[in-house]
Amino acid sequence: MKSTHHSRRAGTPRAVRSVAAVAAASALLLTGCSGGESGPPTLTWYINPDDGGQAVIAQDCSEASGGKYTIQTSLLPRDASSQREQLARRLAAGDSSMDIMSLAPPFVPELAEPGFLAKPPQDVVSATTQDTLEGPLKGATWNGELVAVPFWANTQLLWYRESVAKAAGLDMSQPVTWDQIIKAAQSQDKHLGVQGIRGESMSVWVNGLVESGGGHIVTDGEKGQDAQVNLDSEQGRKAAEIIGTIGKDGLGGPGLATQDENASMIQFQGDKGSFMVNWPFIYSASQSAVKEGSLDQSVVDDIKWTTWPRVNADTPSAPPLGGINLGVGASSQHQDLAWDAVQCIVSSEHQAQYFATNGNPPSSAKAFDDPEVKKAYPMSDTIRKSLDAARPRPQTPYYNEISTAIQQNWTPPGDVTEDTPRETTEFIKEVLKGDALL
Amino acid sequence: MSSTVDSRARAAAPEKGRSKTHLSDRARSERKLGWLLAGPAFVIMLLVTLYPIVQALWDSLFSFRLTAPGDKEFVFLGNYATVFSDPVFWQDLGVTMLITVVTVLVELVLGLALALVMHSAIKATRGLLRTAILVPYGIITVVSAFAWFYAFDITTGYVNNWLSWLPVIGPDFNWFASAGPSLTVIMASEIWKTTPFISLLLLSGLAQVPGELTEAARVDGASSWQRLTRVVLPNMKAAIMVAVVFRALDAFRIFDNIFIMTQGQYGTETLSLLAYRTSIGRLEIGLGSAISVILFICVMIIALVAIKVFKVDLTGGSGKGK
Repeated sequence: MKSTHHSRRAGTPRAVRSVAAVAAASALLLTGCSGGESGPPTLTWYINPDDGGQAVIAQDCSEASGGKYTIQTSLLPRDASSQREQLARRLAAGDSSMDIMSLAPPFVPELAEPGFLAKPPQDVVSATTQDTLEGPLKGATWNGELVAVPFWANTQLLWYRESVAKAAGLDMSQPVTWDQIIKAAQSQDKHLGVQGIRGESMSVWVNGLVESGGGHIVTDGEKGQDAQVNLDSEQGRKAAEIIGTIGKDGLGGPGLATQDENASMIQFQGDKGSFMVNWPFIYSASQSAVKEGSLDQSVVDDIKWTTWPRVNADTPSAPPLGGINLGVGASSQHQDLAWDAVQCIVSSEHQAQYFATNGNPPSSAKAFDDPEVKKAYPMSDTIRKSLDAARPRPQTPYYNEISTAIQQNWTPPGDVTEDTPRETTEFIKEVLKGDALL
Repeated sequence: MSSTVDSRARAAAPEKGRSKTHLSDRARSERKLGWLLAGPAFVIMLLVTLYPIVQALWDSLFSFRLTAPGDKEFVFLGNYATVFSDPVFWQDLGVTMLITVVTVLVELVLGLALALVMHSAIKATRGLLRTAILVPYGIITVVSAFAWFYAFDITTGYVNNWLSWLPVIGPDFNWFASAGPSLTVIMASEIWKTTPFISLLLLSGLAQVPGELTEAARVDGASSWQRLTRVVLPNMKAAIMVAVVFRALDAFRIFDNIFIMTQGQYGTETLSLLAYRTSIGRLEIGLGSAISVILFICVMIIALVAIKVFKVDLTGGSGKGK
């Protein structure tokens, strides 16, 4: 009361006093916010959801830094497209908390092109890529330069039920083709495990088929909107033939049009399961299902693996490539420390540990030799072989447009015809020119 | 509404002039207090609604991609030309209108039936009945969308089993593989979720129908159907129109159900989803803003048509029927 009286006497208008009070409160709040900077700098690592492996590595590396920094993880959405949306918005807004980011390889060019990612210092590049497999290295490169550091790499294998392959008379010790597994499924009245949902998995499938046929969906990706789209080609038409046949003949099962990786795994584990292209997570998921009692051990015993099917019998396949690269934000205030942390995170020991505990394969060749890895994943040699041959999806800042256009034209698989590659090519060109909605 | 407001304003004009000169000190201080209390909220509302609208209008005039900030270019109405010349827009507009018309009509019929049940229920069961009817409306839309999705999904669903007696539906029927069945599930979940809202609004209208009127009609020998169509419905026209306007505006902006169940695949995309995919998915801020502005204008048109044509006074609650 006293102070009010005093103010009145001093003649300070009420509005001015209110503004001053708000300003003082804001200043206090801001001071409170910046109070956290007194200890070692906290680096924020934006991670994709996993089984907790990245958080454990973050803690390890914080301790290993000897008090130089602390890594705090921040969870991104579950699917890669939503992760991209959130990262791109934050990076475009110049968010200084983007110290370290777990990036899906197809979206690296889009974030690197406008300069949202800090360039890795040469010593970091040398230290982190000494034994990196070829496929993951390509996925972290843009315009001939490494713009992110490969952390873990993923690839699809051909999983098969040994009993079905035997009954169909297929020699699985030799590479098999799509035509062979289609015929085997037809002859045995079984379903093929493929992903026909309108989602990123369709682009993965189409790209795998085109690359395995020796083609590329896009060349000159660095030209952005003027990139060359090559789907209307022999390889594109062969891809359409394979997908269309599986769709029209009902070989993908009744749920094919909405089937993602998880749904195809469930179908594969069932009575109609035969062959399936999918990521290695299905092995640990099947084992967990046995432990939970929802799957019989005999099914897991019947599951075997080999490299992705060939498109042409005499050409090795180019399996899909996935995984995570680590990037550092150009607006990060702790870039040097962030690169230090990245070096620690991607060490071959951490990659091996991450594979053994979370099921995500390493990008480092050395990590594959870890005994823990070999014990937990008997197919690790096949994964490594597959990663060596894997090819990334089209590398262009407009990957999202190209992928969405493919998804819209190639789903449902039963509607894919020999005209689909040409129609998709024309559509992509229109979208890239800005003349069409997606 | 404006005609109602205009006539009121005209009628109140002379009074206003008089009251201005004779405004007591108390009335003046009350008016001032009113502004002080409501003013900040009014300003904040104006800021949070007007600012994004103006920003979207401005952005819609540019070719602007969030990940290519250097390529921002003024294209004036070019984005609108792209949108209007694209079949995707017209298809999505068609789907949006189909969902709006079907859901609002079905909800109106079902809502009226539920309102009549609630209105005529005996006092002892009234509370329980109203609570039971309102349960779906209390469920978060995303949660209800997931529940409907898992019920109809070919892998996890049980509906195929229940409906296996129907000729086209068997265990292998994939509800979300084409437009027709997908839209049926989407609209059914929307109707299930929001019919209670309509029934509540209609119940309030029903309560306002004077009992003497229905009683007089009964004495005159009117059948229950005649009492409903000739006496009850004409007297609750305002409530019906308020319900239609609110639900139509809501249904036109449908997003959650489709986003969860189909993500707009196989011909189930609506304008809200297209705007979302363009702005957020493609990061095409200019093109996405143009779609948002068009969506906003569509919603404005629905509101204006409903208010002008049906002469509903949303502020008074007792609109003039036609």
